[in-house]
Amino acid sequence: MELLIKNGFVYDPINGIDGEKMDIAIKNGKIVESVHPKKAKKIDATGLTVMPGGVDIHCHIAGSEVNTGRLLRPEDHAKDFERKTAITRSGVGYSVPSTFTTGYRYSRMGYTTIMNPSMPPLEAKHTHEELNDTPMLDKATYPLLGDWWFVLEYLQKGDLKECARYVAWMMDTAKGYAIKIVNPGGLEAWGFGRNVHSIDDQVPDFGITPREIVRGLAKVNKMLNLPHTIHLHTNNLGVPGNYVTTLDTMKCLEDLATDNKPVAHITHMQFSSFKGDGWGTMSSAAEEVAKYINNHSHITLDMGQVIFTDTTTMTADGPFQYSLYELSGHKWVNHDVETETSAGIVPFRYRRKNVVNATQWSIGLELALLIDDPWKIFMTTDHPNGGPFISYPKIIAWLISKKARMATLKKTHPKAQKRSLLTSIKRELSLYEIAVVTRAGQAKALGLKDKGHLGVGADADVAIYNINPEKIDISQKYKTVRRAFNDTAYTIKGGKVVVKDGEILQHVDGCTMWLDVKTAEQVKVDEEIKRKFREYWTVEYENYPVTDHYLKISNPITVKASV
Amino acid sequence: MIVLTPLRKFQFPVIAECINPDVFQGKTLNEIAALTLWEGNKQKKLRGLFKIEKNTAESPNITINGDASEVRRIGMGMKGGDIVINGNAGMHLGSKMVGGTITVHGDVGGWAGAEMRGGVIEIHGNAGDYLASSYRGSSEGMHKGKIIVHGNVGSDVAVFMHGGTIKIYGAAGQFLGFRMSGGTIYVEKNAETRVGACMRGGKIVVAGFLEEVLPTFTIDGVKPKVKIEENEKVSGPFYVFLGDLAEKGNGKLFVSKGNNPHLSQYEKFL
Repeated sequence: MELLIKNGFVYDPINGIDGEKMDIAIKNGKIVESVHPKKAKKIDATGLTVMPGGVDIHCHIAGSEVNTGRLLRPEDHAKDFERKTAITRSGVGYSVPSTFTTGYRYSRMGYTTIMNPSMPPLEAKHTHEELNDTPMLDKATYPLLGDWWFVLEYLQKGDLKECARYVAWMMDTAKGYAIKIVNPGGLEAWGFGRNVHSIDDQVPDFGITPREIVRGLAKVNKMLNLPHTIHLHTNNLGVPGNYVTTLDTMKCLEDLATDNKPVAHITHMQFSSFKGDGWGTMSSAAEEVAKYINNHSHITLDMGQVIFTDTTTMTADGPFQYSLYELSGHKWVNHDVETETSAGIVPFRYRRKNVVNATQWSIGLELALLIDDPWKIFMTTDHPNGGPFISYPKIIAWLISKKARMATLKKTHPKAQKRSLLTSIKRELSLYEIAVVTRAGQAKALGLKDKGHLGVGADADVAIYNINPEKIDISQKYKTVRRAFNDTAYTIKGGKVVVKDGEILQHVDGCTMWLDVKTAEQVKVDEEIKRKFREYWTVEYENYPVTDHYLKISNPITVKASV
Repeated sequence: MIVLTPLRKFQFPVIAECINPDVFQGKTLNEIAALTLWEGNKQKKLRGLFKIEKNTAESPNITINGDASEVRRIGMGMKGGDIVINGNAGMHLGSKMVGGTITVHGDVGGWAGAEMRGGVIEIHGNAGDYLASSYRGSSEGMHKGKIIVHGNVGSDVAVFMHGGTIKIYGAAGQFLGFRMSGGTIYVEKNAETRVGACMRGGKIVVAGFLEEVLPTFTIDGVKPKVKIEENEKVSGPFYVFLGDLAEKGNGKLFVSKGNNPHLSQYEKFL
């Protein structure tokens, strides 16, 4: 099928196109140079904004953790549900929506690719089953490897090559896309009721430190030539004063950078940028972090923006979730995933009138605005930890308009207003920069060659928004922009028009991307591994790997490793 | 005012959200008679189930004369006006109501005043289970308003209650005030066990017999009187318990000292 999007204002940062009026031609699910002018179906995009389909680098939307969150939050479903239509299925959930609803809602906002960031390999089958049932989107998932015993053992022995082979084996076994590290060492310690508090604390029983884990896996990532960098959730997350640990973590990776390429992605940075000695004195460290990031190029970030709403926090960082439970007194789920990781879930309401919450809200925006290069920090809420993904249009409004930020800041706690740097920040992002922080930058950081741009050969994932940049001043009319990003005029997925004026037109399934890493020598699944499974895991090896038939639409990406 | 009289005894549940002063307002008798409702799985017109008359009296806005015990959702979500039912009423009476008054001279089914946000419900007979509670899944029970029951109430009354007042002049079933966080409940007669389980705030007063207080409550003192409403106090003396400590709660449970000699063992902790 051929499709021609005519006359839109195109924002395609990867190809350097900034609001030029041009046509986009689509054939067989790919962007092409031109199509038959008569045969092609035409979409008149005159006066509309055309961007590549959105890419979300970090959102918890599938897996046992998310599903436990669903079970924990009946009140979340009671207040938000969607009826079945002739095309779409019914669904529930506000902060932890059911799989189909997740797909539809993302698609309505113009998103076409999303990354599910924390999958314990043991729960990989469950995760992929849910991803299969998440329509309208291409997706991938990152296995949690930072506290996996095999990794820890080989790092302890100093055998990086063997460690790399096991990581490559795991990408295939769990059908993963990148190395996810959460609170390195801390999760292993949590198994014994402990935690690590700096990057040089010892991990119990392994005698290595978080520094060695992060550096080791960053090196492994390079040896394997993985498209994304390591995806890192820092130690001491959510603890006042933690920006010191965060800076230490970034510094310890400096020497691994070559050719100005990033070596690590630090996720939901807002939660790692707290100053102060306790909750009473907690304030923003955005200035310090931004200064460091502006002077270095080996790190990319995402915001982890907080939204003032009732949400569900969930992370593999068990000890952090325990402290959050102590703080909030809300219901709590705690889980230890055998040899791999831990997890915790706590419902949480971010309040405007709470100094800490309001400061957190401010930190997220400060980071995004103080870091000069939009290719270094991307827009996320760490869905659903900072807030549900359906709040993205709100964040866009805050980023493009000082007026919007001030309107919200005015309603927050007076102490938080005083502490906030936002009053002194004048920067307002342009639509071009918004295209970077919501799609192009993320696709580039993820190493997705066919996503996040509209050049010839790219996947035909396009979002068309009802914004005329020539007619409206976006920083003044931020509410119009917010509405436009809520419901696209058109969303095109794989060359098919799937959404028009915020209504789903057809149900399509996206593919699941995973890495097929070719190493010179491969891990042999011998009696030794099987014995370890029998001793350490509750499942036999035979039941562990995610086989190809588990994926509805499998899209392996072959990577040639240098080991 | 409109007077509704059931034409026959209903065999199946009648789902009658339309019996609501807000809906009736500004409609002619014919328009009211043509309102639709469900009887079992059949859609009917109001005139098919009720005799509808209009008289000149201003108040109440709607009167139901006769047995409406199968008629559900009367006054659901109403914002104002008043309803009088001379007979029994079915489930979900006045649920999610915001304002106005409902008076029932008879018994009502379960879920009366569920998730109520304001207004007054007075029930001269007994009320069923889940009076003033939250619906399944929701954590928002009664927020505001007042419910007076002259008879007994069933179990799980005032689950997730956040505010408002409930006065029960009869006895109450198990799990009274389960997970409540605000508001006041007064029970004149006996209450079954597990009163105030998981409560985090608010006040429950049991003036009758209570077999046991949950072990997660701690005794705080003895008080001669307790305030129920503005200008209304009940004389005791009452044991005052705080809880539910399992939920780090700060709720208050007042239990009559005179009717519960078996609780005197708590006095040694004072």
